[in-house]
Amino acid sequence: MSQIRPLFKREFLGYFRSPVAYVFLVSFLVISVSLAFSRYGNFFKNGTASLESYFIFFPWLFMFIVPAVGMRLWSEEKRAGTIELLFTLPITTLEAVLGKFLAGWAFLTIAILLSFPMALTVGFLGQPDWGVMAATYLGAILMAGAYLGICALTSALTKNQVISFVLSLAACAVFVFLGLSSFTTTLESILPVSVADMVSNFSFVTHFDAFTKGIIDPKDVIFFLSLMGFTLFLNVVALER
Amino acid sequence: MIEVTGLVKTYGTKRAVDGISFKVNRGEILGFLGPNGAGKSTTMKMLTGFIRPDAGTATVGGIDVTVDPVAVKRQLGYLPESAPAYPEMTVEEFLCFIAEVRGFCNATAQRERVEHVLGLTHLNSVRNQTIETLSKGYKQRVGFAQALIHNPPALILDEPTDGLDPNQKNEVRTLIKNMAAEKAVILSTHILEEVDAICTRVIIIARGRVVADETPAALRARQPGARLDEIFRTLTA
Ligand SMILES: Nc1ncnc2c1ncn2[C@@H]1O[C@H](COP(=O)(O)OP(=O)(O)OP(=O)(O)O)[C@@H](O)[C@H]1O
Ligand SMILES: [Mg+2]
Repeated sequence: MSQIRPLFKREFLGYFRSPVAYVFLVSFLVISVSLAFSRYGNFFKNGTASLESYFIFFPWLFMFIVPAVGMRLWSEEKRAGTIELLFTLPITTLEAVLGKFLAGWAFLTIAILLSFPMALTVGFLGQPDWGVMAATYLGAILMAGAYLGICALTSALTKNQVISFVLSLAACAVFVFLGLSSFTTTLESILPVSVADMVSNFSFVTHFDAFTKGIIDPKDVIFFLSLMGFTLFLNVVALER
Repeated sequence: MIEVTGLVKTYGTKRAVDGISFKVNRGEILGFLGPNGAGKSTTMKMLTGFIRPDAGTATVGGIDVTVDPVAVKRQLGYLPESAPAYPEMTVEEFLCFIAEVRGFCNATAQRERVEHVLGLTHLNSVRNQTIETLSKGYKQRVGFAQALIHNPPALILDEPTDGLDPNQKNEVRTLIKNMAAEKAVILSTHILEEVDAICTRVIIIARGRVVADETPAALRARQPGARLDEIFRTLTA
């Protein structure tokens, strides 16, 4: 497991060696902040000192933004042929998968934490509940990890980055739409309620919502963590096949 | 040191490698020849554990590559065809990364190894250049440097002199020759003089099968007076 460190370091610094990191971080902030101030976010009109209107869009935003980070993880190595170099170094597939995943996750965590000036603004304007805020940040980071697990997996399936992006987007969209009320009502009309409930239980929205209300339910934490574990396991399988 | 028995690899309906067997001891430099598409690179990829053989075994230092791939990879230095490397890294960053993964975690040991191979392969002048901006020959040298960094007992080089200028070709051949005393080396090439210059043994493969496995002298003795390329043509036709 000691080999994870150099792999993590290379991958993580790799984001900053190209313009990718800066383009990504700036776009992420611009989009997320403007959504919060938009007609739909009502950051000001809400009249509450909270970041709820900022975080409410995260499941949607991540659906597009995490595939942008995840698509290159394996596709790029396959295209450039460096995967042959990587897998003839004395490392296991699991170490390679973890090193890359953790690097991507750390990068996404930085993107999320860069919104902290928003939190400070709220703190300056009113009396926010810092506990709720911390829970929301935790939820956002966990959710980003689950999205990234899916994207890393789809990226391992192809050497074409465009295909990788579209596949990731589609897979992430499924996990978002499962929780939409319009979708669940349709589901309930064709499936028994218990089954429909179970299906909508896989939605990121449902699990993330609890965090934004300040509730850290072990059930939600385990949901995101086990989804990461499962996708990373499949990632290893996909690469070893 | 390296032993390959009955390796087979099939892509779809195409047999890329069809039952190749050979042995390489320490001190030997094995030249791997064959026309384009003969299966040289595919054999090397199986030997280095990058792809799984459909049948047959490959062992390095007595360890089967499918049983303990990490232990085998530790003993191998491998230069893949066309020397892939991370384009956004500088030469020095890249070599430090490889050294670290290869177990040189301590900064001074890592430094020492990187400086050593930078010197061997004459990369000092481009050490701070990113790999994507290097010319083909320099890129090839980075791949060679990367394969040497842990001073491995077995070297597998897929067309190591491809893209090098005549001076560098000579230099690389001398390097390989000087190192070979305590190493097992396999190198593939399309340059027949290279065989005469450095190889102690030659294997010629065609359509996935071994058609000759002998010393360069024995190869010449097949058709006394003929040029090597003529012998090569008769064998692979
Ligand atoms: N991933 C792949 N999918 C399908 N066929 C492949 C694949 N890789 C190699 N082949 C086929 O296997 C055969 C052997 O290829 P290989 O790369 O081993 O040849 P080579 O001897 O290294 O040739 P060259 O001298 O051109 O490098 C070729 O016919 C090639 O088309
Ligand atoms: Mg080849």
